[in-house]
Amino acid sequence: MSKGVWIVAEQRDGALRKVSFEIASAARKLADELGEEVGAVLLGSGVEGLAPELGKYGVDKVYVADDAVFEPYTTDAYATAVAKVVKENDPSILFLAASVLGRDLSTRLVGKLATGMATDCVEVKIVDGHLEAKRPMYAGKTFGEISVSGSPQMASLRPNVFPAVENAKAGEVVKFDAGVSADDIKARVLEVQKDTSGKVDLTEAEIIVSGGRGMKGPENYNIIEELADVLGATVGASRAAVDAGWRPQSDQVGQTGKIVSPNLYVACGISGAIQHLAGMSSSKFIVAVNKDPDAPIFAKADYGIVDDLFKVVPELTKAAKQLLA
Amino acid sequence: MNIVACVKQVPDTEALIKVKADGSGIEEGGIKWVMNPYDEYGVEEALKLKEKLGGDVTVVTLGPARAMETIRTALAMGAEKAIHISDPALDNADAYTTASAIAAAIKEIPCDIIFCGQRAIDDDSGQVGSVLAELLGLPQLTIITKLDVEDGKVKAVKPIEGAQLLIESSLPCVVTAQKGLNEPRYASLPGIMKAKKKPVEAKDAAALGLSVDAKAKVDKMTPPPERAPGKIIEGDDASVTAPELIKLLREEAKII
Repeated sequence: MSKGVWIVAEQRDGALRKVSFEIASAARKLADELGEEVGAVLLGSGVEGLAPELGKYGVDKVYVADDAVFEPYTTDAYATAVAKVVKENDPSILFLAASVLGRDLSTRLVGKLATGMATDCVEVKIVDGHLEAKRPMYAGKTFGEISVSGSPQMASLRPNVFPAVENAKAGEVVKFDAGVSADDIKARVLEVQKDTSGKVDLTEAEIIVSGGRGMKGPENYNIIEELADVLGATVGASRAAVDAGWRPQSDQVGQTGKIVSPNLYVACGISGAIQHLAGMSSSKFIVAVNKDPDAPIFAKADYGIVDDLFKVVPELTKAAKQLLA
Repeated sequence: MNIVACVKQVPDTEALIKVKADGSGIEEGGIKWVMNPYDEYGVEEALKLKEKLGGDVTVVTLGPARAMETIRTALAMGAEKAIHISDPALDNADAYTTASAIAAAIKEIPCDIIFCGQRAIDDDSGQVGSVLAELLGLPQLTIITKLDVEDGKVKAVKPIEGAQLLIESSLPCVVTAQKGLNEPRYASLPGIMKAKKKPVEAKDAAALGLSVDAKAKVDKMTPPPERAPGKIIEGDDASVTAPELIKLLREEAKII
């Protein structure tokens, strides 16, 4: 009989990512309802010392394979190792982060474990002893309630949605032999090119300031960047701005870009095309600045200013600077 | 090069999605159906590779009769032939079943590289490419924005949070396409004419030897939560409205 709510912890460069604590907390909650333990799989090189941090967020046992073969992340090494330790221990539920690497790994595991998974969930619960998940579909134009079966029942959880709650448990290290060697890696990482800007990715940002067609050109984004700097925000863009070549594709928020859930989303000069709204309407607070009072974005906004963004945005920067100084 | 491109027909990004009253799915009336945008990048990359290295492109789709339109689009863009997997039993197939169906359908085709979109913009699951790779025992390169194929190897760029990875893989492999990979071509008029005569092979679950056992089921669909009406800060003097907004964000929303 399968038992235990497990997660795969995500670390980068020897530090656990925040989303790992979020999914550990979600797992703890379900494990308490089921009266089961929380296990975490932790892979990497020199990562064993991270186990107590997972313990702090409710993990009972940390299954560690510490080996140079796990640096950097590769699908082949990670999926083989996780599948092995999962098969040996037979947890009933397995959560991963719906981060870029979490998506890569979780989907491969669906194949390896021949099971079911709900992707990018915003709610998980136990109904009649089984996992039920709620997740946006059509980029958030609808939500689906998914029942997951198979063994384990899998879900990937959207970053920034599940609160990380401290709840100290043992975080006991259980070492396992992953049985993975460098020869098993068919798709190798030749190079990791780090973004040195130090900006938080849109999918993990707590605040996003986005500019759309109303920015009129790439040269005007400095006012968006200044406001973002003061707020500690990441800059986003609408599809119109990306397709016009004003902003890199990685900045695009929307149905064919990134789907984001920040605490605060500031939309400047964005009318609110349905594909854009789909990508950001799960933001906790939405602010719109647009000179068109009929722009659809105002229907989603908690606060709006109907005015020329070129007047408003610099004033927002000024006021925020005074407040946050 | 023998290339396979997997495509799915989905509602256009501008489509309003309405949930049926009983929550069993979406209202399909009035929806404009298109090729999943991420699959279009995959088809384009497949065609570019074929043009560079020779070979042919086979398009595979799983979907009802209407998906034939998307197949014709891919054929009009330049693919040589297609496989249309269609079976009412597969209408709400989960990722594992879908990937199993595709794997079975292309089993007989020699294939050097398989393209999928990184996700379909309807169910947003993003699982099929990886599961297909696993079922075929191939390496996967997911969410790729740049691809080079040379000397029997693939080099690809994969953006992750705060970095990008340069990945090298042997062939054959599965690549899932992300926006940025290329600019998909439009079908030309001669292309559209030629597409009508290109072969499309139909397969159903029985022909593929599939047993359907969904392990992830959509029990119910619901509209997104309504947002409470917002507050418009009135006034045309930004030096007044802007500080008022910042004050609200601090004192009312408690968010900055």
